[in-house]
Amino acid sequence: MSEIENKTEHGSMDGTKECAAGDPKNDTALGLGVIFFILAFLICFLSGWLLFPKLLYSKHEQPFDFDHALHVQETGDCESCHYLREDGTFSGIPETESCLDCHTDEPMGTTEDEAIFAAEYVAKGREVPWYVYAKQPDCVFFSHAAHITAAGMDCITCHGPIGESISSRPYEENRLTGYSRDIWGRNIWGIKKNTWDSMKMDDCAACHQEETGHKGYCFQCHK
Amino acid sequence: MIQDKKAHMFGMVIDLDKCTGCGSCTVSCMAENNIPFKEDESNKKDSLTWMRVYKVSNGKSFPDTQTAYLPRPCQHCGGKGDHGHSPCVTVCPATATDYGYDTGIVSQIYTRCFGCRYCMAACPYHARYFNWWDPVWPEGMEKYLSPNVSPRMRGVVEKCSFCYHRYQLAREQAYYNETDEIAEDAYQTACTTACPAGAIIFGDLNNPSHKIHQIVKPDPHPDPLNHDVVRKSRNPKVFRLLERLGTNPKVYYMSEREWIRKLGDSYLNGEWEKVKNHYGSASHD
Repeated sequence: MSEIENKTEHGSMDGTKECAAGDPKNDTALGLGVIFFILAFLICFLSGWLLFPKLLYSKHEQPFDFDHALHVQETGDCESCHYLREDGTFSGIPETESCLDCHTDEPMGTTEDEAIFAAEYVAKGREVPWYVYAKQPDCVFFSHAAHITAAGMDCITCHGPIGESISSRPYEENRLTGYSRDIWGRNIWGIKKNTWDSMKMDDCAACHQEETGHKGYCFQCHK
Repeated sequence: MIQDKKAHMFGMVIDLDKCTGCGSCTVSCMAENNIPFKEDESNKKDSLTWMRVYKVSNGKSFPDTQTAYLPRPCQHCGGKGDHGHSPCVTVCPATATDYGYDTGIVSQIYTRCFGCRYCMAACPYHARYFNWWDPVWPEGMEKYLSPNVSPRMRGVVEKCSFCYHRYQLAREQAYYNETDEIAEDAYQTACTTACPAGAIIFGDLNNPSHKIHQIVKPDPHPDPLNHDVVRKSRNPKVFRLLERLGTNPKVYYMSEREWIRKLGDSYLNGEWEKVKNHYGSASHD
């Protein structure tokens, strides 16, 4: 018999001895082990579920509160401030200059937030450094013209009822990727109830598959 | 596959008799596409040049010496039979590169690439480059980067995209104007617009009104000598690089000089004489 065969034989014999000897004594230890396992699983699971999102995202307050509902009421629709430029690109968040159609460096209302806007930005001629909730990663090309003009979609389909908000919620940034939380969505499991709950690639692809019959080639949405 | 009867097939024809080798195409390409550069660019194994100008010679001694310059972007191969199985696309394990059947352009998605470099090994044209370092620009120059092209990080492969972002912008304009048509001058690559000699012509090979279609006259039938080769030019001055491989590049080259045309492929003794007068399929001149 070779050395290796000897070793395996001894090894396996040792193993069977231990098992046979251990079984009757370990009943109570096994019960405790199961309880310990369940407890440890619950602690890990709950901390992962409840604490992880808190750890993952850092919160930033906007420079000042913005009342979308009031502005929509005054101007009538989204397009008054967020419009397509003549070259087909999207204007995004308006510059301070376009606010001057109505605003001056004297506040029109009585809110503290408007006073900040008038004093810090209009009077000093500066742009407001807004955090953009819907900002996509750098590698993404998104054409508003394709979706608004060609596909006839409404703003609410992707952006949700932001026009009804009366204050600005904090911007949450993923500490690992630097992306806005709105990309993955509020639900850490990625479960969505509304079309606007998340804005990640799978959401784009699912809608494209449904509406156009094809997810599109990489370069359709990447740059 | 998107079933689109109006699919484009963007291509390029480069007139090697007009090219002076000035390098404007390379410079404009690097500026347009946020390509980083190093202080010492003499090590060509390390440098990133989506558009690279090669110097070629007829190998004869004075007074018969002739030199030409050959700019080489990504060839945007259609693969055998033009079915979209480009050499790089078929080997990519991450699907970081795909063939756009709507444009004929081979993509490269930097965020998806994990840098295995199979595509670089597969590409017969050395058109793909690996980022050995994170990009660094001289201080202040990062403010001049184009927002339409995402910069790449260390560890991914990049290549010429036929300035796809310009196509995206042209499409946005078309959507705004509520038309499907993209005019020839609405989408031109940076190298095309920068070439002072006008040696580069870019357009849609599927559109007979485009200049490139009129110059190249792509053969609608496969080459009878090799059925993997399609879109062969019916212009006797026009050739492609390594055409007989069946990679079906969408970059064509043009020259009056026979020795340059012969340099487009490797020929055994006597082979060139057999193929040199075969332009497209004989039955459809």
